[in-house]
Amino acid sequence: MSRFILRRVLQMIPTILAVVLIIFVIFSVVPGSFVSSLLAEGRNVTNAQVVSHLNEQFGLDQPLPVRLWDYLSGLVQGDLGTSYRTREPVWQTIAPRLWPSIKLALAAMVLAAGVGIPLGFLAALKPGSVFDSATMVVAVSGLSLPEFWFGLLLMYAFALQLGWLPSFGYQPGSISHVILPAIALGVSPMALLARTTRSGVLDVMNADFVRTGRAKGVSEPRLVRAHVARNVLVLVLTTMGLQIGALMGQAIVIEKLFSWPGIGSLLVDSVATRDIPVVQGTVLVIVLWFLIINMLVDIAYAVIDPRIKVG
Amino acid sequence: MNDILPDPVLSVRDLQIGIGNKLKIVHGVSFDILPGETYGLVGESGSGKSVTGLSIMGLLKRPLNVTGGALHFLGHDLRRIRPRDHRRLRGDRMAMVFQEPMTALNPLAPIGRQIAEMFVIHRGMDWSEAKAKAVEALESVRVPSPEERARAYPHQLSGGMRQRVMVAMALACRPDLLIADEPTTALDVTVQAGVLELIADLCTAEGTAVLLISHDLGVIANMCQRVGVMDRGRLVEEQDTKALFENPMHPYTRGLLAARPRLGSRVPGERGRLIELEQMVADEDRGHDVPTLVTPRGPRKEVTA
Amino acid sequence: MQLRFNLTLGAALVIAVLLGALTAGWIAPFDPVMDADLMSSELPPGGEYLLGTDGQGRDIWSRILYGARVSLAVGVISQIINSCIGTALGISAGYFGGWWDDLVNGLTNVMLAIPSLVFALAIMAVLGPGLASLLIALGLTNWSWTCRIARSSTLSLKSQGFVQAAKTAGFSDLNIMRTQILPNILGPVLVIGTLGIGTAILAEAALSFLGIGIKPPQPSWGNMLSDARELIRAAPWAAIFPGLAIFVTVLGFNLLGDGLRDRLDPHMRTRKA
Repeated sequence: MSRFILRRVLQMIPTILAVVLIIFVIFSVVPGSFVSSLLAEGRNVTNAQVVSHLNEQFGLDQPLPVRLWDYLSGLVQGDLGTSYRTREPVWQTIAPRLWPSIKLALAAMVLAAGVGIPLGFLAALKPGSVFDSATMVVAVSGLSLPEFWFGLLLMYAFALQLGWLPSFGYQPGSISHVILPAIALGVSPMALLARTTRSGVLDVMNADFVRTGRAKGVSEPRLVRAHVARNVLVLVLTTMGLQIGALMGQAIVIEKLFSWPGIGSLLVDSVATRDIPVVQGTVLVIVLWFLIINMLVDIAYAVIDPRIKVG
Repeated sequence: MNDILPDPVLSVRDLQIGIGNKLKIVHGVSFDILPGETYGLVGESGSGKSVTGLSIMGLLKRPLNVTGGALHFLGHDLRRIRPRDHRRLRGDRMAMVFQEPMTALNPLAPIGRQIAEMFVIHRGMDWSEAKAKAVEALESVRVPSPEERARAYPHQLSGGMRQRVMVAMALACRPDLLIADEPTTALDVTVQAGVLELIADLCTAEGTAVLLISHDLGVIANMCQRVGVMDRGRLVEEQDTKALFENPMHPYTRGLLAARPRLGSRVPGERGRLIELEQMVADEDRGHDVPTLVTPRGPRKEVTA
Repeated sequence: MQLRFNLTLGAALVIAVLLGALTAGWIAPFDPVMDADLMSSELPPGGEYLLGTDGQGRDIWSRILYGARVSLAVGVISQIINSCIGTALGISAGYFGGWWDDLVNGLTNVMLAIPSLVFALAIMAVLGPGLASLLIALGLTNWSWTCRIARSSTLSLKSQGFVQAAKTAGFSDLNIMRTQILPNILGPVLVIGTLGIGTAILAEAALSFLGIGIKPPQPSWGNMLSDARELIRAAPWAAIFPGLAIFVTVLGFNLLGDGLRDRLDPHMRTRKA
């Protein structure tokens, strides 16, 4: 098992390298450099000497391969560079944002899985029923909903009009603050999970081994519990993994809307200020989160499904 | 002579199966299976054999359903029985082995547990006791090192082994009737004989009646005492096996027998050609009962049991 | 029954939005940018202003009609770019195999690992706001699924042998890809493309909402929502209607995509029944 995990970890490295390379190249061709954006903002960096000094300070006068090499060798030592704006190490800017982001992603996923999977399951047990059709209407609507608009409406209704929940912000340990953003963020994975679960259950219910179960005299509830559920779980797990992995990236707008101090709002803020090292760092964290979650899903697979060879 | 025959385990009368009331798939099939007897249903694919087997088990899938006739099993009227009671008969008194051993077992559960489930459901055993019984069941179907195999997952076994597991599962509760639907069709030729022999031995030993569904006349000839020939949803002929092979009465049966590829029937150097049934049997001869048809208990229109 | 319903409703919604966008110049009662009048700001729906006015007194209905142009243009054009990239890469990777296949495959995996909104955001940061930037940012970041499908379909077509037959007959590689493979994978590409339009419209709205998409005062449903956010208490309609427009449009494309998939994939059809 540990060899399997090690192999999966090693498989992530080329992807991470490629991501770093792509992000680095994109931001190296930025027509307006950070320094010129400071100029544009009318800060007092007007004379050429100051410009070249700043460029030198951040190593921007070096050729691209040298800068890439410096960045990569820093990365190996856990150094994500220095923020242009705060002059602090990027890691120190990102670290306090991690937990809020993870908390929001997990809360959204708990909601999505807690509602979506049972909905899909029940819908599939009575295909073609009113409940089934209604669930599928809800699902396709959930996938079409702009989540920040939905969040705005939630904020208007439950925070501003009814006053039940705080409208924005973050407090460590507070559950009430996470509810609205988590609902807004969880709607689309919920819809997707409802769909995947439904089609998974329909597939499995038609499988030969379910017919065998009936021929054995297994009752329908027991059949669903003991034979269908686990096989569906295997199908649903992939979708869940992909969704949790993508949630940190999807949360950008929601975090911004609810003034949630997570990775996403940091990314938006640093894009606005062209704080390139922080942008690179946050993108890297978002990608790492995706890769790590997917690795965990693979490991979970190996535990649940005996057909997957481990070792 | 008919009077000394025992009551049949299963009695099928004028069975009709269709999609809704419009499309008929089985048109009035009748036959009896006596205790301990092996009865063969033979016919081409699509002749309605499998559907007949599934209807007895109560496993027809929508939109298929029984639209007419009677099914009697050990004194139960299977058309009026409560679904719950039918379920209790399944696995316990009537069991089924399917064609496809590769997909017929739950891929995520050890086979021992899947067999043990039979004892848990029908005998109310707890799991540890049931698992011990499952190992015995595996032993009885001649699976080598059964203790170890009980912990294996289906994908770790060969097709032949899986079918043995299916047989062990089906016979776990010593049912009165085993329905075997093409049990060896999907297997390698080399293991087919072994699985058939196993079914024959175990069922003879326990006195289990068998409904063997097959398109393979060779299999039927080796296994069955009596044979029913199905064509286009009708039972066109029924005879003792020996009589059927020596003296087929219905043109369709004659065609079926003649269509068998036989060793040495080809003239060397001449291009061999399998004869299509369509060319052998006149269309107006197909799908009709022959008037000579009788059950072992006499004329077959009224319901027994 | 339900299949037709998806297709019909989806097509109807898409056509309605398309008509609105095309005829905005004639049916919009006000100019979306110039008719700003602070005297008539934050008016509720009804009367002269069908859906009310925003914080600067502009007619929301007119702005939604003009905003449809942006959404549809961004959604459709960027998705055409994606489909072309994905199809070209996928077919060529499946057809030629070897190092090119490995490279495309690796690139696809990398693209899947970077959430497309994050990627688009990064590109927008480089290019700056505006319609052209949006087309590039969204057109370059969402082709991985198309590529995967095109590649796997090409592989299965190749194994069927008629590609080999065409090769033996002396057709050039490009010719075979164009005449033998492309027509066979257009169906799935079309389905993914249709669903992708919805995704792109959502992404455009999100980027504009963050202030790095379409620059105000040019109306886009996303930046209308961004403006409305500030005055949600006083004028909730300014937030409700642009969002509703996004929702209905994306729903239309999603239903259309689902309907097309059910139409084109008989396997899915039997499974649903």
